[in-house]
Amino acid sequence: MAPQHRLPFEEPTAELEAVLARLEASTNPNQDHSEEIRRIRKELTALKRRIFSNLTAWQTVLVARHPERPQFLDYQELIFEDFTELHGDRAFGDDRAIRAGFARLGDFKVMLIGHHKGRNLKERNECLYGCAHPEGYRKALNKMKLAAKFGLPVICLIDTPGAYPGIGAEERGQAQLIATNLMEMSRLPTPIICIVIGEGGSGGALGIGVGDRISMLEFAYYSVISPEGCAGILFKEANEQTKAKAAEALKLTSRDLARLGILDDIIPEPLGGAHCDHREMANNLKTYLLRYLRELSEIPINDLLERRYQKFRRIGVFEEGLAEAARELAQELPPGRQAM
Amino acid sequence: MMQPGARPKRGVPEGLWIRCPNCRNTIFRKEAEQRLNVCPECDYHFHLPARERIKQLLDQDSFEEWFTDLRSLDPLQFSDRIPYPERLKQEMAKTGLKEAAVVGRGYIRGRPVVIGITDFLFMAGSMGSVVGEKLTRAVEEATRLRLPLVIVSGSGGGARMQEAILSLMQMAKVSAALARFDSAGGLYICVLTNPTMGGAAASFAGLGDIVLAEPGAMIGFAGKRTIWATVRLELPEEFQSSEFLLRHGFIDRIVHRKDLRTELARLIDYCERPGVRTHTVAG
Ligand SMILES: [Zn+2]
Repeated sequence: MAPQHRLPFEEPTAELEAVLARLEASTNPNQDHSEEIRRIRKELTALKRRIFSNLTAWQTVLVARHPERPQFLDYQELIFEDFTELHGDRAFGDDRAIRAGFARLGDFKVMLIGHHKGRNLKERNECLYGCAHPEGYRKALNKMKLAAKFGLPVICLIDTPGAYPGIGAEERGQAQLIATNLMEMSRLPTPIICIVIGEGGSGGALGIGVGDRISMLEFAYYSVISPEGCAGILFKEANEQTKAKAAEALKLTSRDLARLGILDDIIPEPLGGAHCDHREMANNLKTYLLRYLRELSEIPINDLLERRYQKFRRIGVFEEGLAEAARELAQELPPGRQAM
Repeated sequence: MMQPGARPKRGVPEGLWIRCPNCRNTIFRKEAEQRLNVCPECDYHFHLPARERIKQLLDQDSFEEWFTDLRSLDPLQFSDRIPYPERLKQEMAKTGLKEAAVVGRGYIRGRPVVIGITDFLFMAGSMGSVVGEKLTRAVEEATRLRLPLVIVSGSGGGARMQEAILSLMQMAKVSAALARFDSAGGLYICVLTNPTMGGAAASFAGLGDIVLAEPGAMIGFAGKRTIWATVRLELPEEFQSSEFLLRHGFIDRIVHRKDLRTELARLIDYCERPGVRTHTVAG
């Protein structure tokens, strides 16, 4: 079924889809539309391909935030079996913005953890659009430790605009809890797979984002700050233009992150984005998860932890020592003598 | 992230007389400096630049600076109001520092330590690739040398926006190094100074075995403006201050700047394990 919510740049496809629907619904026995239907289908595919292979950074953010985009609970239902939710952080409460539980995937038993943003108003009120509190991060870590104790790999599905910016969150140590997760996940003795399925909003995303595989769905984004926040700082005001500029500057798309050497894989989305076909998206994701589980389960834990350490250890772009000294020297020399 | 609302007064301003932003008294600059940039009237802790901090905390001439030739690049070709490389140059000229972090080893009352300092004066003390790399190397050296680690955070800028995702990942990198240091039994004391926010608070500054803070420092995850825009409630008194964090259980001690050196020495002694480390030089 075609999505209900249309993004601005999806309008041309929406028009074609409407024509197609009319033709397909037509029951006039004297008219054979099959040829035309075939033609429009082809056109539609080409059009979608053209639009979605050239999305701007800001358009990508909009796709990542599409209200009909599959979320944690969709993937849980479409990919996993026997999901057994485990609630609570044993200290304060049960944050509904982060879900956790045992689940089965093929032959693997796993600990499935992820942000859930809410698919309807009731869910969204409950889980605050996927913005977790400290107790959510504490819950996630508790369940990861449980998984490690019994040798289960951990799968983290990341989808949050950011950790919740509130009074209670600060009172209960939002920063400290996220920091603790970064530290403990880096040495958790079991495989961890992290996939950004929608929004990778800064520390709130990274708080369940340290692992052996870091991948993103094709139209997900991952950023140190929201485009709105960045626009506010850079241009004093977040409007449609400045948000788009900020999104571009932040290099937040899956392609950008792959180029910066941060991702293992970009997981392809169905034509027109994940919201167009939940089932196909879930199947793609499942294929990658199974591959990762197989690969990681073969690696001895000590090697796994060493590789995880090195994976993050090498991230960063800077220069050091001689190269820099040489250039400074070159700058000081008068022109014409730089070829030495 | 950059917290535009979080701009405390930068250091003791130039001029013979200065005005304290807290008590509003006009004070003699020399007098404040003699008191380690603390207001003689109300004990307000002005910013203390990294070099001054080293002078104040470490035994005389004991500091050996490490990794001084790391420089930021501009992998994203980021431009805010001015291009990032240009901004870096300005910050260097303004502070005399090459980056927001200074790391190395030295002695605190004769006790050898590895020390890291992030300086708010340099791009709000924010963490990009170089700050992340320097802190990580410092932690790794502390692990290798089996020395106590002290990090004094003045990172109001959190993760540096100009290096975007690379900055975010520095949080994971330095936290992973701290995990290894912790597994090896190292002592990590972090000292939170005004301000410590966002990605810094949510990584190295949030992970001390012992967490100290200077009085009245602003410490937190989200910026006050962001919080206010979200909840639209009046924020509690002293919200995100050292005192607020102490009351809510996230800080071990609030320590006046004049006592910091003595306190660090005492804490190091309490955590010393026989046979692991010996005092060598007295300073
Ligand atoms: Zn004062």
